[in-house]
Amino acid sequence: MSRGSPRLPALALAAALAAALAGIGIACAEPPAAGLDAQGQLQNPELQVRFERIAKELRCLQCQNESIADSNADLARDLRRQVREMLVAGKSDDAIFSFMTDRYGEFVRFAPPLSPKTALIWGAPFFMLLLGGAVIYRVVRQRSRMPLDE
Amino acid sequence: MWKFLLPFAAFVALVVLFAFGLNPKRDIHALPSPLIGKPAPEFALPDVLDASRTVSNATLKGQVYLVNVWGTWCVECRVEHEALLAISQQHVVPIIGIDWSVDHGMGESDKAKQWLERLGNPYSQVAFDKEGRTAIDFGVYAAPETFLVDRQGNVIFKLISGMTQEVWEKEFLPRIAAAGKGGA
Repeated sequence: MSRGSPRLPALALAAALAAALAGIGIACAEPPAAGLDAQGQLQNPELQVRFERIAKELRCLQCQNESIADSNADLARDLRRQVREMLVAGKSDDAIFSFMTDRYGEFVRFAPPLSPKTALIWGAPFFMLLLGGAVIYRVVRQRSRMPLDE
Repeated sequence: MWKFLLPFAAFVALVVLFAFGLNPKRDIHALPSPLIGKPAPEFALPDVLDASRTVSNATLKGQVYLVNVWGTWCVECRVEHEALLAISQQHVVPIIGIDWSVDHGMGESDKAKQWLERLGNPYSQVAFDKEGRTAIDFGVYAAPETFLVDRQGNVIFKLISGMTQEVWEKEFLPRIAAAGKGGA
């Protein structure tokens, strides 16, 4: 029978989580060139890629659990227009996000930036992971001290 | 000792969490506005009653006033209309209406005009937000929303739901008194 350390899988999981979080943090901002077509869609494919990423990251406050990319609500449509116009005007991703949070608050972002106010949200999964790890560690150690046949 | 204290502490924590989270009086859709304490967004929009005129809050500097964002498509706006009318008749502060057009058509302006003619007009001025840009500037997501602006032009309170006499007396009047009367 093996009693491998329970900390190893926990560590691997934490590393994977950290990598995923770092991926979210990567942002790029490049000056755009083209405008909008007659349907109000972005002509520049690079901007379209940024638009889709930003729109997925913004919450539609009328429906709260949908992003403005997914929602059919009127407000979501207006906010998509706002994002496209700001992209065409050469605004950075950060400028667009702060435009939204200045008006709607941090709740408009699905992944709010790490700050003292959001530390609990970001920290909670790691805290839970540590807590779970500690419990498993204690239980396994206790059982390892027990005689094999009871 | 810990064996008993820890589960008990967890139990107390859960009770506190549920008492807060399951409170039926708490509206989970009402979000804190980042606009509180900040200058009210400026707007200059056509007048619903006379499109050749402009309604702007720049002319209201130095006054306490309300901004009420509504639309004829909004059921709750119809419900609060009576309360707004009663409040306007008290002449405490001017109420600026912003007619929020969600379809970006001119139809909303005509409907708003008919609505005010038929049901009475509680507004000192009504602006027509055809493209919904002013609504975005105010961070409006669920009409009706009512903002209270002080003499310095800062937003000091936001109501996300219909105005009622009770809310007016409990939430608005004390704040208006503290901000110094606006004069309607």
